[in-house]
Amino acid sequence: MDEMGIVSRKDIVYHRRQCPFDFIRGFVYRLLPVRMIMKRLNDLEYLKLNKLQVLLYNLKLFFCAILPQFFKNIGLSILNFFKNCGLWVKNEVVDIVTTFTKGNWAVKLSFLFFGFGNFYYGQILRGILFLVFEIIFIGYMLIPSGGLYWLAKSNFLQTGKTVGTIQGRFEYNELYDTDVWVQGDDSVKVMLYALLTIIFIIAFIYTWRLQVKQCRICMDITAKGKKVKSGKDDMKSLLDDQFHKTLLSLPLFGIMAFTVLPIIYMVLVAFTSYDAAHDGYSNLFSWVGLEHFNELMDFGKGGLGLAFGEILSWTLMWAFFATFTNYFLGMFVAIMINKKGIKIKKFWRTVLVMTIAIPQFVSLLYVAKLFDSAGIIGKLLGQVPFVSEYLTSNNFISLWDSPIVAKVLVIIINIWVGIPYIMLMATGILMNIPQDLYESSRIDGASAWQQYSKITLPYMMFVMGPYLLTSFVGNLNNFNVIYLLTTGNPLNTDIGTAGGVSVGHTDLLITWLYKMTLNSPESKYYLASLIGILVFVVVAVLSLIVYNVMPSTRNEEDYG
Amino acid sequence: MMKTNHDNRIRKTGMGAKASRRLGNTIVYVILVLITAIWLFPFFGLVLESFRVETAMQQSYLWPKEFGWDNYIRLFKETDFMLWFKNTAIMGVATAVLQTFFVLSMSYVLSRLRFKGRKGLMNLMLILGMFPGFLTMILIYKVFTDLGLTMAMAPVGLIIVYCASSGMGYYVSKGFFDTIPKSLDEAARVDGATRWQVFYKVIMPLSKPIVIYTILMGFMAPWGDFMLASYIIHENSAGMNVAVGVFEWMSKTMVNENYTMFCAAGVVVALPVTLVFLMLQKYYVEGVTGGAVKG
Repeated sequence: MDEMGIVSRKDIVYHRRQCPFDFIRGFVYRLLPVRMIMKRLNDLEYLKLNKLQVLLYNLKLFFCAILPQFFKNIGLSILNFFKNCGLWVKNEVVDIVTTFTKGNWAVKLSFLFFGFGNFYYGQILRGILFLVFEIIFIGYMLIPSGGLYWLAKSNFLQTGKTVGTIQGRFEYNELYDTDVWVQGDDSVKVMLYALLTIIFIIAFIYTWRLQVKQCRICMDITAKGKKVKSGKDDMKSLLDDQFHKTLLSLPLFGIMAFTVLPIIYMVLVAFTSYDAAHDGYSNLFSWVGLEHFNELMDFGKGGLGLAFGEILSWTLMWAFFATFTNYFLGMFVAIMINKKGIKIKKFWRTVLVMTIAIPQFVSLLYVAKLFDSAGIIGKLLGQVPFVSEYLTSNNFISLWDSPIVAKVLVIIINIWVGIPYIMLMATGILMNIPQDLYESSRIDGASAWQQYSKITLPYMMFVMGPYLLTSFVGNLNNFNVIYLLTTGNPLNTDIGTAGGVSVGHTDLLITWLYKMTLNSPESKYYLASLIGILVFVVVAVLSLIVYNVMPSTRNEEDYG
Repeated sequence: MMKTNHDNRIRKTGMGAKASRRLGNTIVYVILVLITAIWLFPFFGLVLESFRVETAMQQSYLWPKEFGWDNYIRLFKETDFMLWFKNTAIMGVATAVLQTFFVLSMSYVLSRLRFKGRKGLMNLMLILGMFPGFLTMILIYKVFTDLGLTMAMAPVGLIIVYCASSGMGYYVSKGFFDTIPKSLDEAARVDGATRWQVFYKVIMPLSKPIVIYTILMGFMAPWGDFMLASYIIHENSAGMNVAVGVFEWMSKTMVNENYTMFCAAGVVVALPVTLVFLMLQKYYVEGVTGGAVKG
């Protein structure tokens, strides 16, 4: 049939699957509006291109259509965000004003005294809770060493001023006839209390709005002649309609207190001079504004910019290789174990799973020593002529002393660590692939490799796409593997010390951070915070791009 | 003509298939045996070296010249290892209980219940997860020091650290809950069950694999943690977990005296954890394959 120039529908489908860049075309269909920036080919024209032309076409498509569209989408969503914010504020204001004008005396009173509207409509429990909250808030703000006191003391975000006002110092004490430490403010505490006060104020405003809204709801319900919920109903609904609040309360409190609050605090620290010399207790630290961000522009030896650039590029490289080597090899192992005719599948799996069970510090510390000059593998490799020549010519004692070898080894050992996880996951997916796909392709004469590249791989890619992203991000912050294997060594003499610690060739951003706060006498917390923020920016940008380009944007309602 | 061609092809592949499959399987077996050897080698080495008596230094041979329990005796008599082990075990159990509660409530709510702010909450946690979690320790350490939850009391502090934010790791179990048909909830609701009853009487009995998976993960976390633990412990031996305690032995200055003892410690730690893990392996596999992929 081919001689006649007629291509059957099936062939088209087949050919379209063949091109490795085809997924890009898929996005374009989804993303692009009718108006095109470049000439688009239809299916038939596209199929006539040879491989190189296909590649060029898709690259052109990517840069001319997808990227601009991507940025346009981001721009649009930012615009939309502000528009929605504006609308929201408008609606809120309108609602508050109408509640006030339409409401009776109790509702009007509840604008000043929380809960009066609730009392009026018979919701005693809610009313009491609101009122108690207001009393506590006002009390906390006004008592000596309460909210206002801490806010004033912290000089919040005023560049050049200290956090806390009284500097602790040694003063002569007649009683002891020597200098005695007179306690001053502790900047760390002052900043924490100030931050808590600000959060409290926001909570206060939110609660005020909440009870005004509830007055409005009560007004509407009674206007319709229905009964409002009593306290008893409220309690009951906590196990029913409001069940999510019951279940979420503790976990959310934990996240707020141990993640959100410390992260906000950490972001604030980046704008201060908090380090070992200014630890807040013996020496107040102060607000410095954006000063530290300038340090990042220092690309000289030992400069922060140079160190950050080098470490970031290795971190990205590491995360890329660690993720994809694990992914493909793990999948390969899973496919082998699941191959028809392979016996004792469970045994092979168990062997691999065992390595997950053994705590990483045991296996990694041990394996690191195996590759050392005195270790079995290290010694063995050292006797290979090519390797020993390389080592002696560079004055390296063990394999770990060579930057390149260390980097490669870290990635290889990480394969050893990571394959079992991927293998397990891939096994689950493999079992889900419909078997008739394989059968029909076999009848069509597909080879094992074709089956793998045309059926298995695309399916895996589709299902595991989101997992790849999370594991990439996880590898960016993979402290254990790097620190336990190399502690970031061998030292990088091009950078020297940056941020108060000597930087190594295998240091990731996270291990650099760790050393900066824990192993360095200078403990530059502000720098750690700054770099933490930058890590966040890197991860966020990467995730944003991947989420926008990934084929499997799953719909969570698909299951069940 | 085309038909015969087609038949030929089928016959040909059919005949060659058996031979090529046998060849393929042989290759696969060889690779699998190799993999098994590579994966098990370090563990055999660890066990063997832990019994070596003649020298505590690292050697480039595997098989000890003299077997004995000396390293284990030294481990329990001369070091604080027992204490570290106890600390870690306590942390493991406490984390398993608390973390399971936190993670399951979070993931259940996000998977099964629909309420205002649900999407926002999930996005918030996604964004929070992009910050390096280690940095939260700067503040937490300072606050815990004031509360007396560091150094010797580090295990208590660490339990709080491990559990408090564990709700953010809801992804795997949410993926599992997502796969339970919604019609079950609806049927129960129609019959007059409250949401609490649906959770307690309908969903939980179906979720045994994920509950056990979560417990297992919680139990294993303190055994492997080095980063957070070393920060909170601050080199105070009384509060150490095994990872932080044993890490010192492998430093350049101490490795020559302690290498075989490290191996012994490794065996003592790995044994119970591995046994628990292998016993519950089935659930772990179900959790990973059922939840992680869909989550």
